[in-house]
Amino acid sequence: MTLAIETAGLCKRFGEVSALDGLDLTVERGVVYGLLGPNGAGKTTAVRVLATLIAADDGVARVLGHDLRREADAVRSRLALTGQYASVDQDLTGAENLTLIGRLLGHSGRAARDRAAELLAAFDLADAAGRPVKQYSGGMRRRLDIAASIVVTPDLLVLDEPTTGLDPRSRADVWRIVRALAAQGTTILLTTQYLEEADALAGRVAVVDHGRVVAEGTPSALKASIGAARLHVRFDDGAGAAAAADTLRSAFGLEVVHEPGSGTLTAPVDDPERAAAILGELTRRHAAMTGFSLDRPSLDEVFLALTAHQEVQP
Amino acid sequence: MTIELLTGGPRPPRAGAVATTAAYARRGLLKLRRVPEQLVDVTIGPILLLVMFTYVFGGAISGTTGDYLQFLLPGILVMGVLLTAVQAGVTLQADRSAGVVDRFRSLPGWRAAPLVGAVLADSVRYAATAAIIVVTGLLLGFDADGGVVGVLAAALLVVGFAFALSWLFTTLGLAVRSASAVQGIGMMAIFLLVFVSNVFVDPATLPGAVAAFVDVNPISHLVDAVRALLYGEPAGAEVGLALAEAAAVTAVFAPLTARLYRRS
Ligand SMILES: Nc1ncnc2c1ncn2[C@@H]1O[C@H](COP(=O)(O)OP(=O)(O)OP(=O)(O)O)[C@@H](O)[C@H]1O
Ligand SMILES: [Mg+2]
Repeated sequence: MTLAIETAGLCKRFGEVSALDGLDLTVERGVVYGLLGPNGAGKTTAVRVLATLIAADDGVARVLGHDLRREADAVRSRLALTGQYASVDQDLTGAENLTLIGRLLGHSGRAARDRAAELLAAFDLADAAGRPVKQYSGGMRRRLDIAASIVVTPDLLVLDEPTTGLDPRSRADVWRIVRALAAQGTTILLTTQYLEEADALAGRVAVVDHGRVVAEGTPSALKASIGAARLHVRFDDGAGAAAAADTLRSAFGLEVVHEPGSGTLTAPVDDPERAAAILGELTRRHAAMTGFSLDRPSLDEVFLALTAHQEVQP
Repeated sequence: MTIELLTGGPRPPRAGAVATTAAYARRGLLKLRRVPEQLVDVTIGPILLLVMFTYVFGGAISGTTGDYLQFLLPGILVMGVLLTAVQAGVTLQADRSAGVVDRFRSLPGWRAAPLVGAVLADSVRYAATAAIIVVTGLLLGFDADGGVVGVLAAALLVVGFAFALSWLFTTLGLAVRSASAVQGIGMMAIFLLVFVSNVFVDPATLPGAVAAFVDVNPISHLVDAVRALLYGEPAGAEVGLALAEAAAVTAVFAPLTARLYRRS
């Protein structure tokens, strides 16, 4: 089966800024793929290139097997984009907006109106169908915007930061929509700044920073690649901790982090059983510890580690 | 959320250029219905000018207010309809800022359909403005010696010219960054061109340099043609010149708009 997205060496400059700097992406069909990156990483630029809204300066890209440059119209008829900012007409009602899109995609007037009503009901917007979009809340507008992208079910749905700026309830609504669409087999590319969101929705994730992919894989693999669990052990004084740190280095070959004078030491330990063994050894050899804990780095730390990595080797 | 409804039926056959253009035109009309202020805003100015100039300066300029109304109305008709054309650029710029242009550009089909559809919908606004001004003129006592045919022909000519000029404003709308800038620049340009034309006074009374500009100002040519049609005088040459100028403006600015639109 053809890939949903395939890009190699995609570059896009805006004056001095390299928004995309050799972006390589491979997205299989039928998955939810997360494009994760901080502000200015190039997510929106990537998505706009894929939706044929702007042309890349360099590199090749195929969407659903169609070359972006030569078969732009074919791409447009199979891909739908919900942009980072709402793109519905504020003066028109929700129903009028969706009906318009339906007509533009080839539905007759009646079919377009029926489909609009169906989607408005499905997205809990039936009560607001006849109100101008101007009066919608941010969450309602975002739902309408997503609805506009699935008036005719696309083969690839692209959502650019679909939950940024939404309250937790609206965010949960969008998550449910994404899961429902994915369950029906729509390929979805979604960008986000939150690893938590990529983790919740995406089967695979590419971490993008400064216009290129700095890590790629399943969310759990990504977390594991950075996120060995860490053992923290606390002692009464700095000397006790320093002695214990030496033991861990010599006896277990661990890379122990211990600030001189501090009563706490930290060592990467993946396996809880190994941690128990280490703790047993420490109790046998050293003055009594006052406490210990085993934790995983938070998702944010993983994200920071991946994107900071890029900063030190530009 | 009713999950089964999320996927629609089979993909309908692709919409042709006519169907998509009609859909965009329908959108323009819906917007006009939702925001009728658009029309009132631009029509009230010319109507006020018509009434004030007729009753304040009319006697001084033409001897009697009736004579001046007879002279002024055709020019006010031109001014009112052309001011309405600025809105084409304002709407397009607002659409672009709001991301609506991105949505349309990401859809398949004829690339110029959103532009052409919007311009078609605008013809309704132009016709409405023309009707309001003509009716006001008739109520004030304007004599349309050209009869119904003359009035319709004059209105049609002005609407046609406004079509052409709307391409200039859509180009402007894509070239600047705010809708209010389009509004400001567009209105200012029309006011300047209208004031330095034969709309308000007979160019024979003007100093040489100004009169020379008035002579080459396309607005003057359009007003000559509209006067001839409304007064029931022979209008062939005047109408021909106005149409040629409209065609030239379209030939330059319609492709320019389309080009900027593809890149926006
Ligand atoms: N039209 C433009 N003109 C100039 N610079 C631009 C333009 N669009 C994007 N950029 C720059 O390109 C870089 C990437 O921007 P982009 O919007 O793709 O990032 P992003 O990952 O979507 O960020 P965010 O999370 O804030 O939406 C940024 O430095 C941005 O300032
Ligand atoms: Mg963005």
